[in-house]
Amino acid sequence: MQLNDFIAKFENEIQDIVPGSIQPETEFKNLDSWNSMQALIFIAMVDAEYGVTLSAENLHECSTVSELFELIKTKVSQL
Amino acid sequence: MFSISGIKISGLAASVPSQIQSNRHYPFSSEKEKELFIKTTGIETRRIAPQGLTASDLCFHAAEKLLAETVPRNEIGILLFVTQTPDWIIPPTGIRLQHRLGLPKSCIALDINLGCSGYVYGLSVVSSLLKTSGGKKGILLVGDVSSSVVSEKDKSTAPIFSDAGSATLVEVCDNEQNIHFSLHNDGEGYDAIIIPDGGMKNKISPESIKSEKISEGIERNKTHLIMNGVDVFNFSLREVAPDAKMLMEYCGKKTDDIDYFVFHQANLLMNESIRKKLSIEAEKVPYSLKNFGNTSSASIPLTMATQLGEKLKNEKLSLLLSGFGVGLSWGTAILETDKINCLPLIEV
Repeated sequence: MQLNDFIAKFENEIQDIVPGSIQPETEFKNLDSWNSMQALIFIAMVDAEYGVTLSAENLHECSTVSELFELIKTKVSQL
Repeated sequence: MFSISGIKISGLAASVPSQIQSNRHYPFSSEKEKELFIKTTGIETRRIAPQGLTASDLCFHAAEKLLAETVPRNEIGILLFVTQTPDWIIPPTGIRLQHRLGLPKSCIALDINLGCSGYVYGLSVVSSLLKTSGGKKGILLVGDVSSSVVSEKDKSTAPIFSDAGSATLVEVCDNEQNIHFSLHNDGEGYDAIIIPDGGMKNKISPESIKSEKISEGIERNKTHLIMNGVDVFNFSLREVAPDAKMLMEYCGKKTDDIDYFVFHQANLLMNESIRKKLSIEAEKVPYSLKNFGNTSSASIPLTMATQLGEKLKNEKLSLLLSGFGVGLSWGTAILETDKINCLPLIEV
């Protein structure tokens, strides 16, 4: 599981994001297009790509894209 | 998991209010939100019951037409009304429907309070009662007017829910074909979809009807339906596909053996995630979401009637039905239909 690959997948799922504009330190909840619908789209992508589920609490606890990545990586390692 | 033999579906009718609302004109979302919403949920238009048109009315119209074309009313031994939007808290609406439909007083009539899993549960209850009561025919009435319990200013619910009713004729038959069921619940998630006030736990008070702004585009009071979208989404991702797989294994079927998988019409993102988890071809998974939204308990029979009507009428089909949602509750059924009397959609 690679961070660059994860970021590309993240960019692909979020409305109006220019590819290459998301950095590991990007605070995803501050993105203009982040909303509750985007959260569901993101959860569905993570479920399909990595086989793990993110709760509302998980999303709440993470601020940056790299924190999301680390959380997913941890969950994948526990499968 | 269990199987019931010697029971078949012999007729089906679905009904919707004639009034159409478009999500493109939903006033409480921005243009961008609307675009993303329609693309993600697959819901373009919804059917909205006008004031006074209830779930029981929609089911009544479906049942009237179905009974007129199928069996004498005095042969109906069971009426089951599955809804979360009954006419009253007391008395049970199903008993009123028994009278309105001119069914005999010996007809067992009862209500079940279930939503999105309600059709599968209802089918299991009618089938079980037919096997044990000595009745020969039962009518399963399933429907909701969810538009009457959502706040129109709540963008997390109003553009999703739509109104519909249905009537399914279930009867005892000679063949030994089984209907297979898997039924589950998890009351820990009772508040994932909830109307907080209006029951006995929290009786209606002036506080109940005080409108509150929760966030941008979400304004509602405590008599309105609240849905925790992420919790419901995760529950569905976790439970639905494994339940379908388990039931297929239980009755020795593979996805290739099933002609159509009719899922509760939650939203396109969720349903497609479930379809992909089960590796089912898109052609085998019909949708009514685009024109009819999420019709709660009625979504499975509505999808069957509108998307598979001709096939149900003219062919023998193997179906997997899957309902999941409020409760939390989920259920899967696998059954065969053989040229059933499926009526065209009824508009009320």
